Amino acid sequence: MTLAGWIIMGSSVTAVLMLVSFCLYRVLTLPNVDVDRLHGPSDIDTRDTQNAD
Amino acid sequence: MASATGREHWGSRIGVILAVAGSAVGLGNFLRFPGLAAQNGGGAFMLPYFISLLVLGIPLCWAEWTMGRYGGTRGFNSAPGVFTVVWRHPLAKYFGGLALMIPMVIYMYYVLIEAWCLGYALSYLTGEMTQPNQNFSQFFNQFVGIEEDGALLAPQNRMRLLGFGLVFVLNFVLIYRGVSKGIELLCKFAMPLMAVLAIIVLVRVLTLGAPDPSKPEQTVVAGLGFMWNPNAEKLWDPATWLAASGQIFFSLSVGFGIIVNYASYLKRNDDIALSGLTSCSVNEFFEVCLGGLITVPAAFIFLGDQAAQFTGSTFGLGFNALPNVFARMWGGQFFGFLWFFMLFLAAITSSVSMLQPVIAFLEEGFGLRRHASVALLGLITALGCGYVAYFSKGLVALDTFDFWVGSVMILLLALVQSILYGWALGIERGHKEAHQGAHIRIPWFVQLMLKYMVPVYLLAMLIPFCVNNVPKYALTISKDPVALGSILFLAVILAFLLVMIHIAGKRWTADGRFAQLDLEERKKGEATL
Repeated sequence: MTLAGWIIMGSSVTAVLMLVSFCLYRVLTLPNVDVDRLHGPSDIDTRDTQNAD
Repeated sequence: MASATGREHWGSRIGVILAVAGSAVGLGNFLRFPGLAAQNGGGAFMLPYFISLLVLGIPLCWAEWTMGRYGGTRGFNSAPGVFTVVWRHPLAKYFGGLALMIPMVIYMYYVLIEAWCLGYALSYLTGEMTQPNQNFSQFFNQFVGIEEDGALLAPQNRMRLLGFGLVFVLNFVLIYRGVSKGIELLCKFAMPLMAVLAIIVLVRVLTLGAPDPSKPEQTVVAGLGFMWNPNAEKLWDPATWLAASGQIFFSLSVGFGIIVNYASYLKRNDDIALSGLTSCSVNEFFEVCLGGLITVPAAFIFLGDQAAQFTGSTFGLGFNALPNVFARMWGGQFFGFLWFFMLFLAAITSSVSMLQPVIAFLEEGFGLRRHASVALLGLITALGCGYVAYFSKGLVALDTFDFWVGSVMILLLALVQSILYGWALGIERGHKEAHQGAHIRIPWFVQLMLKYMVPVYLLAMLIPFCVNNVPKYALTISKDPVALGSILFLAVILAFLLVMIHIAGKRWTADGRFAQLDLEERKKGEATL
């Protein structure tokens, strides 16, 4: 195997391994939040404004 | 998993990523890629390969994910509906016919190859493949019935027929269970198992040393050199660039109509930017890090320069060269079983994904329940599978299906999708939509590439591909009655799908589904003003 062959094989495999590791790390470390169950302040009806006048 | 609205959704983020990656990882990663690389300049092939990945593969994946979720959040899971949401034109839904036909027809022959893989794995278990003086070329020819039509129905092939039927049914059992409990569950188990099996075989190959003392030059390092040593002259050959682009394209399952369907089950704030990139990178891991280090080096270590004669054929490399390798390797029976079982897993995670786009269309186009849509699709695909399995002589039916649908139509659909994304949805809207809930940023130049470069690139691939191959296949159709029958079969399927799409479109219009979407978007626009 030539030096160029080693370099290309090493760099190809390393690049792919780095990319897949980065992506899987990001995916697996994200908080598992179901967005549909989250409510922002504007979504929560506290009914305290119904008789504001 | 069905939501409160009754629509199906993925159960987890990693689940959808593994499902898309499972759909993409198939026999091509382990058999087609190494053969193409070895034939087209070895290591030099990786330059056009990675350029194609960055310019064509990943951007097109993002476009498909974006359009899929865009259509899904507006109530459509099938390509005819999604395309009409993206491009409000009466013709848009008919282009979706390509995205139904491609996975359905590919399933018709892919499930047969899947059954071969399982059959080979079982033959290793029973010791049939490790008998002394086994002629693997002859074994393959008999196994697939290449010498005469209807060979699968011969009395001595009853077990193969049974195996084929079981694999066919297994796919439908999985798809019947739904997106989350069927596809996602399968991929969550099968993908890690596939990686483990491939790594075990890889370790075995890389520790072979020089197994034949009479041929000390046939070592692991020489095998890796056979695959990876660059031949820079090949970079000046346009065929190398065409082969690299084609491999990226087929490997990532771009233009199959599957990603659009899968992404349509995402919720509005589910990430697609990171998920799309992750599924591409998982596919590349299987292709470059495993496929690139196992298949061709192993073939060279045992077969020497003879390995070159197998690199041009996926079936030759997978079902002829590698059994020769396992026959000469210590523990070959065990490693042969692992290898072909791994190929079976790669195939089933792909084949099961090919059924879902049509199931989704039947459900939302005609209001069918899951059992009815699965039964109808089962009937249609059983006819197609039966046709391909029966006309096995020379694998003409399989080859005809693969060329016209598995090659030409895929390029056409990708072209349609890139134009829909870049010019109908618009790159500004696409960019904004892609970043809804995104965990990484997609650079703006990707959108520019999708609008201007990708369609041109695809046309540049499609035209020479057709010029080089269509005349040969057209000649085959004129001479071979099975090839002609196959084309007629495909024409009937396409006509049937177009009629179904027409009826579904009328139902959607009568139900006011698009008018309601238009109204909602007008309200949103007024609110923004």
